[in-house]
Amino acid sequence: MEPLLQLRNITHVYPTGVIANNNVSLNIKRNTIHAIVGENGAGKTTLMKIIFGILTPQEGSIIFKGKFIKLHSPNDAINLGIGMVHQHLMLAPELTVAENIVLGVEPKKGKLFFDGDRAIKITREIAQEYGLSVPPEKKISALPMGIRQRVEILKALFRNAELLILDEPTSVLTPQETDMLFDTLHSLAKSGKTILFISHKLKEVKAIAENVTVMRDGRIIATKPAGELTENEIAYLMVGRNLNSRRIESRESIGDSLLSVRNVSYIDENGMEVLKNISFDVHGGEIVGLAGVEGNGQTELVKIITGLLTPTGGNIFVNSADVTHSSPRKRRERGIAHIPEDRMEDGVAANATLQENIIVDRYYKSGFSRFFQLLWKRITRHTNELIKSFSIRTQSPKSNISMLSGGNIQKVVVAREFSSNPDVIIAAQPTRGIDVGSAEYIHQLLIDLRDKNRAIFLVSADLDEILKLSSRILVIYNGEIVALFPDPSRITGKQLGPYMLGLKKQESLYQESLNGKAHS
Amino acid sequence: MEKLILRYFNLLRTAIAITIGVILSIIIIYIVSREPTFSLKAFLLGPFQNTTTIGNIIETASPIIFCGIAIAMSFQAMQFNIGAEGAFFISAAVGTAFAVSTQMPSFLHIVTILLISAITGALWGYIPGFLKAKFMASEIVSTLMLNYVAYYSGLYLINYHFRDKKAGFMVSHRLAESAWLRQFIAGTRIHWGIILALAFALITYYLLYHTTLGYEIRTTGSNQNFARFGGINVFKVIIISQMLTGLIAGFGGMTEVMGIHRRFTWQLSPGYGWDGVIVALIGKNHPIYIVFASLFLSYLRVGGQQLKLLSDVPPELVLVIQAIIILLITAEAFLRNVKNRIAIRKAGYSKEAGIEHDS
Repeated sequence: MEPLLQLRNITHVYPTGVIANNNVSLNIKRNTIHAIVGENGAGKTTLMKIIFGILTPQEGSIIFKGKFIKLHSPNDAINLGIGMVHQHLMLAPELTVAENIVLGVEPKKGKLFFDGDRAIKITREIAQEYGLSVPPEKKISALPMGIRQRVEILKALFRNAELLILDEPTSVLTPQETDMLFDTLHSLAKSGKTILFISHKLKEVKAIAENVTVMRDGRIIATKPAGELTENEIAYLMVGRNLNSRRIESRESIGDSLLSVRNVSYIDENGMEVLKNISFDVHGGEIVGLAGVEGNGQTELVKIITGLLTPTGGNIFVNSADVTHSSPRKRRERGIAHIPEDRMEDGVAANATLQENIIVDRYYKSGFSRFFQLLWKRITRHTNELIKSFSIRTQSPKSNISMLSGGNIQKVVVAREFSSNPDVIIAAQPTRGIDVGSAEYIHQLLIDLRDKNRAIFLVSADLDEILKLSSRILVIYNGEIVALFPDPSRITGKQLGPYMLGLKKQESLYQESLNGKAHS
Repeated sequence: MEKLILRYFNLLRTAIAITIGVILSIIIIYIVSREPTFSLKAFLLGPFQNTTTIGNIIETASPIIFCGIAIAMSFQAMQFNIGAEGAFFISAAVGTAFAVSTQMPSFLHIVTILLISAITGALWGYIPGFLKAKFMASEIVSTLMLNYVAYYSGLYLINYHFRDKKAGFMVSHRLAESAWLRQFIAGTRIHWGIILALAFALITYYLLYHTTLGYEIRTTGSNQNFARFGGINVFKVIIISQMLTGLIAGFGGMTEVMGIHRRFTWQLSPGYGWDGVIVALIGKNHPIYIVFASLFLSYLRVGGQQLKLLSDVPPELVLVIQAIIILLITAEAFLRNVKNRIAIRKAGYSKEAGIEHDS
């Protein structure tokens, strides 16, 4: 049978000169689930944007249902029957499920007025047709991620999508929600839809896909039936070498508590209780991992520890000194370093040079300035040393940060934060969205710091990362610590899931176990 | 070649924008003027006609440079303080009031008057700075409103308390000679103000790019979250940058009184603060580029005067022509596609080289 979608010699170059897709050719068969895997930056998302009409490639052609097509916008793609579920869901949070599903093609009363009842009826019908139950009258903002994603899938199906593209759909889901998504995708494939699934999680690819395409550096390395490849073989094709995903053993000896969080609570300007009475300790020589679905208070907790937000109640101690009301600079001088969860938002100034980004926490110190004068020669020398020791790929210390790749930008952040000789490292999503090589490098740096008896607080939405690195794991749900696992080597992501979703809570969570005394 | 284009893209773009602007002006002049060649000559070459007109360019540039640099201090910190106009006006009024009511030896008099004006400007800049840092009040709105406050308060001060009733115009008393900034080129009114303006350009350049305060201002400007994250006191930077705006504009305002008119003569706000916004945009907030942008704008202004004086082109169209040229220069997106296309093609060449490397 003729493939539903054929890509021929697609090449796309970004204005920055990055070749995101290099002569890519690919066939997607009807009624199959086809996975595209590759590291971040391998060109998967660019390719999907081309298929969905967001980007126009410089070269190559797209053949859909046997016809050459030219896409100028996502609307063209939708009209032809191509739907996309984005990594960051594109739903209006203050509208209801039904309103989101019919958005842009609303049923009308008369010629002018929105017909809310019809919208709900339509939603019920389409939900039933595909066996995806959603609450039509609830606001999106009140729903968990898994359901929101389902709404987005229904939205595409309502627009008669035959080809459904999902861009890293599991990155926001718990293991349980992931299982449900996979059931959905299987049944959709059976009912005649074709699914293009992007991921960099190999387990998932093996679990769901019939065919696998591996991309690396903008090119297609291989396309094969999933059954013919093992996870290790796929990993090898993705990065061109073998990977180490083994859990890192915790250390026996841990030192004094370097970071203590005591009864911290936070109520935001809308009166929402974001953090409830949170207490824990991080000792020298250990990595404490905080697991949880994003948006359960992690962001605020990190900001409170690093001084970017003032808590409503409670105290923060660094090296036994109370820093609750200290400025970010005072805290840094006390030994805190911070890898922020959003590096472009907080971690760098994109239009400043690499060296200007390196000195933000130290420009006023001797060695970098004298009286008020900046010593640029020394700053450049210092930056060059860091570029070398952290193997940052850049043309010069005077290049703009925005010219660097995501992985290299994160290395700049890490180089700055780790070279300040910190006692306490707050690492929030330290490897999000960067290539596997850089991620592994950053993991190794975190472990080296742990072995030098530094205290590390790791916040991550990536459960594999938490399980790989942590000496102890805390789980946060709805602003509360709901579980503590003193020995992560004996648990799996599946066991954490119910706590992350708030279905379970450890009742015996008392103070001593939280600050780690029971463990040591 | 393409590498060169990319490197000097901004310069090239400005040059092309000016060329297009000039071509458009030529077209307009040919449409409305009965003697277009003569008019065009008056506009483009008139400013270089004699010492007086060349002097005019430099005299006019001086207050524009002050205001441009002043505006740049806030813009560098991403504070859209457009209050240079008000600071310029109120500081000149306060400085004049002080100057006509004191007697001192010349040098001391000049220094204290300028100091008083600069302090007035800095305090004036503190208001929107503090409102922004403390209450998140938009500095665009507050400085716009404060411009009115400055204008009417300044007029009140001069017209009711320091007015020279014998002058026959609404002007202040004349400054004593000890408070004059000397004009030093015969046949022109070029005075020490331009030297001070150039000195300020150098000082602020050094401040912005070679001091810790300048680094704090620029970092706050390029990403405020990042500055706070790194430990910079953003609260302080927001206030200081706007105080610098007021200080420099206020200083410039007083040099204008002391160097050109020797008394406070403005009954209308002179508009240099707005010219300052324009040259700050053209000069990308860089003090040295701002000097050149100010000279260019001042050349356009003098050309406009010549056109008005000598030709039959209506003065309204003179302003239209000036606006078109400025518009083209400040349009950020102008020619961006060309730049992208060159960048892509260049990447394409290196791509092939890259593939060879791989295999």
